[in-house]
Amino acid sequence: MEGMSVIVKTVTRWVMGFVLVYGLATVLYGHLTPGGGFAGGVIIACGFVLWVLAYGGRGRHGTAHKVASTLDVVGLAAFLALALAGLTGGVFFLNFLGRGKAFALASGGVIPLMNLAIALKVGASVFLASLVLMALRLPEDEDGELSTLEDAE
Amino acid sequence: MFSPDVPLALLFILVFMVVAADLVALKSKDLLVSVISYGTVGFGLSVTFMILGAPDVAIVQIVVEVIILVLLIRATLGRDRKVVSGEHEPFAAAFAWVAMLLLMAMVLRIVLLPETPAFGQPVMDRLADTPSQHYLSEGLKETGAANAVAAVLLDYRGYDTLGEATVLFTAVVGTMVLLRRRAKKKEAGS
Repeated sequence: MEGMSVIVKTVTRWVMGFVLVYGLATVLYGHLTPGGGFAGGVIIACGFVLWVLAYGGRGRHGTAHKVASTLDVVGLAAFLALALAGLTGGVFFLNFLGRGKAFALASGGVIPLMNLAIALKVGASVFLASLVLMALRLPEDEDGELSTLEDAE
Repeated sequence: MFSPDVPLALLFILVFMVVAADLVALKSKDLLVSVISYGTVGFGLSVTFMILGAPDVAIVQIVVEVIILVLLIRATLGRDRKVVSGEHEPFAAAFAWVAMLLLMAMVLRIVLLPETPAFGQPVMDRLADTPSQHYLSEGLKETGAANAVAAVLLDYRGYDTLGEATVLFTAVVGTMVLLRRRAKKKEAGS
């Protein structure tokens, strides 16, 4: 899959840092301001999808898709681990950490950690789904078959 | 029929813009015009949610409909498909019109009943011990999170969030499995 023009590549290079920082801020302050893990994760995934669209590169998708799958599973496992860790207090999904001062960054018990796990999970999922759909493009190959994920690796 | 807190004129302008953009997206033959119109629909809906007092939903709406949808369409369709072609279907169109008019008449009948609560007015605060009132009054003290939506999603109803994360995971796994199967079939046939 070919990349885009020089203007798009340059602007992507400038804007990428802002997008990632904004996404991370939405995730980290998810228990204080609107947003949270889901929206923040999708914003971070959008940054990476923008990078892949601008720079293209058919042959380099193999590692990106393995890293994204791993992060996806790690995010879900972390969320499950936090839920099961509530069992130490006696109940599944118990919020077992201290509550902290209201409106502080370190408050809300287990909620900021769950936000991070959800952001990892959702961001990796959205990025992986976009990558997989970008590898399968509707115009057909030479022998008439639709291309698949294997062609991108 | 409408609660006095709702900015009615702005809401009607936004709804009109969303419906007009939807019609443009459906009737246009050029795919780029369609995609941009869908972006306008998402933007209009997001501003609607924001002025109705739901900033979390507004953020998710912008991110998912405007950004992800446009990126996915551009990424999957590529540059080769420019126009949409197809024949007119008069029976399907007539049926759709009749169904839509019936639905609108039904909705109007229900909305104009005197017992229906006003639009924009919360319904579940008539009783003091409903769960929603408990979440709003005790949320900050019990969970420590200032954002009530985050407190409900990740603390009070965390199990539903686990289910939703599982659904997303299954969707991605299913997509990847379906695409691999086609490669195996190609190898087996050749």
